Amino acid sequence: MELSPFYQELFTSLNRGVVMSVALIVPSAIGGVIIGILAGVIRTFGGRFVRAVGDGYAAVFRGTPLVVQLFVIYFGLPNLGIYLSPYVAAVTGFMLCSGAYQSEYVRGALLSIKSGQYLGAQALGFTTFQTIFWIVVPQAVRRAIHGCGNEIIYLIKYSSLAFIVTCIELTGEGKTIATEYFRFTEVFMVIGVYYLLLVTIAMMILKRIEKTLYVPGFGRS
Amino acid sequence: MSTGKGNPILRASNITKTFGNNTILHGVSVELAKGEIKILIGSSGGGKSTLLQCINCLVVPDSGEIEVDGMVIDITKKKDLYRLRQQVGMIFQDFNLFDHLTAIDNITIALRKVKKISREQATQRARQELEQVGLGDKQHLYPAQLSGGQKQRVAIARALAMDPKILLLDEPTSALDPTLVGEVISVIKRLAAKGMTMIMATHQMSLISTLADEILFMENGRIVEQGTPSVLLAKGNKSRTRGFCDSLNDLVGEEG
Amino acid sequence: MPEPISVVIEAFPYLLQGTFLTAGIVGAAMALGLILGVFMAVGLVYGNKVVRFLITLYLWLFRGVPVVVLLFLFYFGLFNYFNINVSAFTAVTIVLGLTTGAYQANIFRGAMLSLPRGQFKAASGLGMTDLQAIKSIILPQILRISIPAWSNEYSIILKDSALAFVIGAPEIMARTQFVASRTYQHLSLYITAGIIYFVLTWAGVMALRKLEKHVRIPGYSANGNQ
Ligand SMILES: Nc1ncnc2c1ncn2[C@@H]1O[C@H](COP(=O)(O)OP(=O)(O)O)[C@@H](O)[C@H]1O
Ligand SMILES: [Mg+2]
Repeated sequence: MELSPFYQELFTSLNRGVVMSVALIVPSAIGGVIIGILAGVIRTFGGRFVRAVGDGYAAVFRGTPLVVQLFVIYFGLPNLGIYLSPYVAAVTGFMLCSGAYQSEYVRGALLSIKSGQYLGAQALGFTTFQTIFWIVVPQAVRRAIHGCGNEIIYLIKYSSLAFIVTCIELTGEGKTIATEYFRFTEVFMVIGVYYLLLVTIAMMILKRIEKTLYVPGFGRS
Repeated sequence: MSTGKGNPILRASNITKTFGNNTILHGVSVELAKGEIKILIGSSGGGKSTLLQCINCLVVPDSGEIEVDGMVIDITKKKDLYRLRQQVGMIFQDFNLFDHLTAIDNITIALRKVKKISREQATQRARQELEQVGLGDKQHLYPAQLSGGQKQRVAIARALAMDPKILLLDEPTSALDPTLVGEVISVIKRLAAKGMTMIMATHQMSLISTLADEILFMENGRIVEQGTPSVLLAKGNKSRTRGFCDSLNDLVGEEG
Repeated sequence: MPEPISVVIEAFPYLLQGTFLTAGIVGAAMALGLILGVFMAVGLVYGNKVVRFLITLYLWLFRGVPVVVLLFLFYFGLFNYFNINVSAFTAVTIVLGLTTGAYQANIFRGAMLSLPRGQFKAASGLGMTDLQAIKSIILPQILRISIPAWSNEYSIILKDSALAFVIGAPEIMARTQFVASRTYQHLSLYITAGIIYFVLTWAGVMALRKLEKHVRIPGYSANGNQ
C-alpha cells in the first residue's frame, strides 16, 4: 500500500517533530526533578530567608500560565538584551515550571516522614548523612514518585507549547502541514495519537518503577 | 565512687534540660552497674522520656556529664555522640522501625552502615536476633505487615544486634493492644534473665515488681523517690511510689 | 516615565478587559466539567462494563492529548468539518470543559470510593430510588470532599485558558500579545499578564479554601473519614 503524498509528508514531518519533542521533554523532565528536589528540600528544611525564596519561586511558577513564562523568557528577555534560542528558551521555561510543581511533591514527601524515623536512626548511631541517605531519601522517593511521575506526564503534554516560541516540535510540524493542506482534522487526530502514545508509554514506565519500588505501607490507597 | 557492684557502666550526673523557658530536667543523676535494672515511673510529663533521650543524647542536655564504661562523653563532639549511641540501645514507645525496610533489613542496615559489618555476617546476626524474639518466620515482612507486638520485638532485636552495653526502654508496651503486651514483656524478662543492663520507663506492674533492682520515681523533672521495690512497695509503706503503683493496679487490675 | 512602565499603564485597562473573557471561559468550562465529571464518576462507580469502558476510554483520550492540540483539532478541524459555526470563545470553553471533565471525573470517583460503603445501602433502605440516593446522599458528600482537588483543577484550567489566543479568542493573553507586537515592550507586558493570572489563580484558590471551611462537616476530610 502506498501512502498518498499528503500522508507521506505528514508522517515525515511528525516523526521529525516527535524527535524534537523528546529532545525537549527529556532534559526538561530531568532538570525539573533536580530543581524540584533542591527547591523542595529548601522549602522544607531551609532557614527563614531561603524558605521564603523557595516558596515564592513555587508560588510564582505555579500561579502563572506556562505560556506566559515562555513569552517572558523568549520575547521578554531580549528587552534586557538577553537572547535565547527557541530550544533553550523552551527547555528553560519547562524546567523552571516543572521544578516548581515537583518541589510541592518533594516537600510533601519530606514532611510526611515521621520524626520517629530520624530518632530511630540516630539512636542506632547513624550519622546525619547516613540518616538522610539510607532512611530519608528512600522513604521520600517512595512517597513522591507518584506525584512527580504525574508531573512528567503533564510536561509531555505541555511540551506542545514549544512551537509558540518557534521551537518546532510535534505540534509545530503538524500545524505547518495542516495549514499547507488545510486538513486540520486528520493532522491533529494523528498528532493526538502521537501524544497518546508518548503519554501512555511514559505512564507504563512509571507504573513499572512504582511497582519496583513498592513497599507495603507506602502505596497509594 | 564504688557502688558495691563494681564501677558503674553508666553514670549520668546532674543532667539539666530546658525547652524554651520550661525546665524539664532539674539536675537529674542516675548510675547503673553492669547487669542492673532501674525502672523509671511517674505520671506523664514528668520528664522520663527526656531523661532517657538525654542519656544517649538524642536530646542534648544543657549541662551535666555522661560517662559510659569509664569514658566521659564530650557532647560537643559529633563523633562521641555517634559512638555513645552505638553503645546505648534504645527502645521507643512507638517502635520507630524504618518503614521502608523489612524486619531483617531494619536490623542489617544498622549493622552494615554503622558497624560496617559485611552483608553476610549482618544477615546471619539479624536472623539470630529475630529468632531470639520469636520472629524467625517474619524476617521478610515490612513494618506495615507486622502487629504492634511484633514491631516492638523487631525493634528490640535491632537494638540488641548492635551489642549495646546498656538498653534504654521508653514505655515499650504502652502503645500496644492489651493482648499484645504479654509477648513483649516476656522478651524483656528474658533479656533481664540474661543479665542485660537496662533503664526502663514503664507503668507495667509485672515489669516493675519483678525486674526492678531500683525504682526511680520522677516528678516535674526530679527524681523524688528511689529505692528497691521490696522497700518502696512494702505493705504499709506510705511512699509516693506505692500510691502511684496502687493507682496503676486499680486502673488495670491485677496482672501476671 | 520609562517606556516599559508607561506602556503598561496605558495598556492595563485594555488587558484587564480580557479578564472578563478569561473568567467567562474558566467559569463555563469548570461548570461543564463539573456536570460531565459527576456523570462520568457515577458511571465509573455504578455503571456496567460497557459504560465503564467507554468512560475510561474518554478519560484516556482527554487526559493524554495536549490542550493546544485539542484546540486546533476542534476549532479548525472538527467544527469546520461538520460545518458547526462556533466562536473561538465557545470552542475554547468546550475544549477546556471536556478536558477538565475528564480530570473531575477522576476526582469525584476517588471521593465516591472514599465514602463509607453503607451510605448507598442506607439510602436505599429508606426507600430512596437510586437516583434520589445519588442526588441527595452521595453528591452532597463527595462535592464537599472534592473541593481541594477541584480548586487545583480550577488553577489548571485558568492557566490553560491562556492558550485560547492560539485560536484567536481575545482574552488576557491575546490582548497582551496584541499590545506587545505594537509597542515592543514584551517583558513588562508579559510580566503584567503574569501578575493578572497570578492574582486570579491565588484569589480563586483562597476563595475555594474559604468555601471548603464554610461547608465543612466535622469528621470529613479529603483523606476519608476518621
Ligand atoms: N522537644 C520538646 N520541646 C518542648 N517541650 C518538650 C519537648 N520534649 C518534651 N517536652 C516537654 O517536656 C515535658 C516532659 O516530657 P517527657 O519527657 O515526655 O515526660 P514523660 O516521658 O515523663 O511523659 C513535657 O511537659 C513535654 O511537653
Ligand atoms: Mg514519655
